[in-house]
Amino acid sequence: MTDSALAGLVLVIIFFLFTANSSMFTLSGVMTILAPASQLGILAIAAALLMIGGEFDLSIGSMIAFTGLAFAAFLVNAHWPLPLAIVATLAFACVLGAINGQLVILTRLPSFIVTLAFLFILRGLTLVGLKFATGGSTQLRGVDEVVHDGVVKSLFSGVAFQGFFSWLASQGLIEKFDTGLPKVSGVPVSIIWFIGFAIVATWVLLRTRVGNWIYAAGGDANAARNSGVPVSRVKTGLFMLTACAAALVAILTVLDAGSTDARRGVQKEFEAIIAAVIGGCLLTGGYGSAIGAFVGAIIFGVVSIGLTYTTFDSDWFQVFLGAMLLIAVLFNNYIRRKVTGER
Amino acid sequence: MSDTNVNGRPPIIDVRNIVKHFGPVIALSGVSISVRAAEVHCLLGDNGAGKSTLIKTLAGVHRPTSGEYLVEGKPVSFASPRDALDAGIATVYQDLAMIPLMSITRNFFMGREPVVGVTPFRRIDFKSAHEVTREEMHRIGIDVRDPHQAVGTLSGGERQCVAIARAVYFGAKVLILDEPTSALGVAQTSMVLKYIHLVRQKGLGVIFITHNVRHAYAAGDRFTVLNRGKTLGTYAKAEIPMDDLQNLMAGGKELQQLSGELGGTV
Repeated sequence: MTDSALAGLVLVIIFFLFTANSSMFTLSGVMTILAPASQLGILAIAAALLMIGGEFDLSIGSMIAFTGLAFAAFLVNAHWPLPLAIVATLAFACVLGAINGQLVILTRLPSFIVTLAFLFILRGLTLVGLKFATGGSTQLRGVDEVVHDGVVKSLFSGVAFQGFFSWLASQGLIEKFDTGLPKVSGVPVSIIWFIGFAIVATWVLLRTRVGNWIYAAGGDANAARNSGVPVSRVKTGLFMLTACAAALVAILTVLDAGSTDARRGVQKEFEAIIAAVIGGCLLTGGYGSAIGAFVGAIIFGVVSIGLTYTTFDSDWFQVFLGAMLLIAVLFNNYIRRKVTGER
Repeated sequence: MSDTNVNGRPPIIDVRNIVKHFGPVIALSGVSISVRAAEVHCLLGDNGAGKSTLIKTLAGVHRPTSGEYLVEGKPVSFASPRDALDAGIATVYQDLAMIPLMSITRNFFMGREPVVGVTPFRRIDFKSAHEVTREEMHRIGIDVRDPHQAVGTLSGGERQCVAIARAVYFGAKVLILDEPTSALGVAQTSMVLKYIHLVRQKGLGVIFITHNVRHAYAAGDRFTVLNRGKTLGTYAKAEIPMDDLQNLMAGGKELQQLSGELGGTV
């Protein structure tokens, strides 16, 4: 299944090799593509794990806005130090995710509906909360002023490996400005988080008991329960994971922009699910991979940013995306029939 | 033939006069059945005879309203299926508790994965898990080229055998098989029956639920017939010919008559 996502990526890249300006494939072009892809990818990997576990989370986008508000308010209004604000934001996300999960398990309603409700609830709470925190505005500024440079900040904002990139530039290995500074000063930290998360998630899925339980819970919750798999705990944990992934993206973007606003994360839940599906996740659960979602997010980034390097109207993006989703779903179903021997 | 393994030891499972009410509904009104080591005890009965209720009571899903439940001579009271499993009583339900999209190995060890390493690097010991799976499949006679193969690619009979092998591997003393042959073709059925025979030779007790007398007669040592929540009797193979068993199970005269009218084909 990962192979098919990779094949998709290769096709998309070939398409842009012929149609796009060659600057798309320079180092800075690649970073321009990967930066947004990495934020989506963090969400997509979490969404993929949850989908494999047999559930959806449509509240991811609103979760970004809501946890972003909480994070900014902890910093600006409560004057908490950055490390405490980060820990508190993640803990807050865990609680929200656990509520999502418990509601799904206790009511036995489809997670689709429960989290759709939270899509609106959290978006609304964000607006109300923002106005409350700012005295009427829908944007909360002033994060830059209260966050000081330090190790913790460098983990969540800016670029990494600056020294290495300067050295590369000094050796003439990468493009540099006339001043001698490299055009790309380093790797955005979100890309590091993206890659790290993909590696850990893949390892957990393929090599650990929890990974086996995730596949089992999504494949057939009843059979899994009969075999002693703690299905409810696994699912609740996965909802907490998607909430935390949203909170991580919120922290990254708030620190990057120095502010948060009510429109953060709009439609991200759909983009994350689409990336997961393009990466080979079945809508019915029990099948998929983290590495597929990783590739799916990169395809997403290549297409969305790539079109601006071509002469095509970039509004073709959504057409492209919808078509890709359709092809991916058809292909995934074909794979499932092959694996299960269904006809 | 049925009493070859008695040698003074109590039966593994011995239930006496089990009664089970669901509110005003009487599902079981005094059922007694026992199974010894290395014995296949067939439980026969038509739909609604109380077979499922009895299995679920034995498996710890239901608690009996009254009656005795002895395991190796000691009275037990199971609060959950987990308790029954821990006492060595494994039930293989019709839906098999297997996941078609997952590999044979992942299914085989589902919920009981062997692990190596220390937290946070604790991981499934796939090397030994694959080895065990391949070995167990070989023992059944399923040629597994690759234990990564999805369970969905196996036939119904093979899946049934894998489910049984899993229960045996994890230390079952008694296997309760819920209609293991009901959805299978002839070749698949004989594969499962052969495997049941193998399990019996290993010294396990088997309770084999079926409504197919022919399958029961092929595999069983003793037969208990259930009708409307009561045992109609327990017979050793030598005591009862297949036709009598069929009649007993089908509720006697009426069916005998019908069978006559249909030319003996029921």
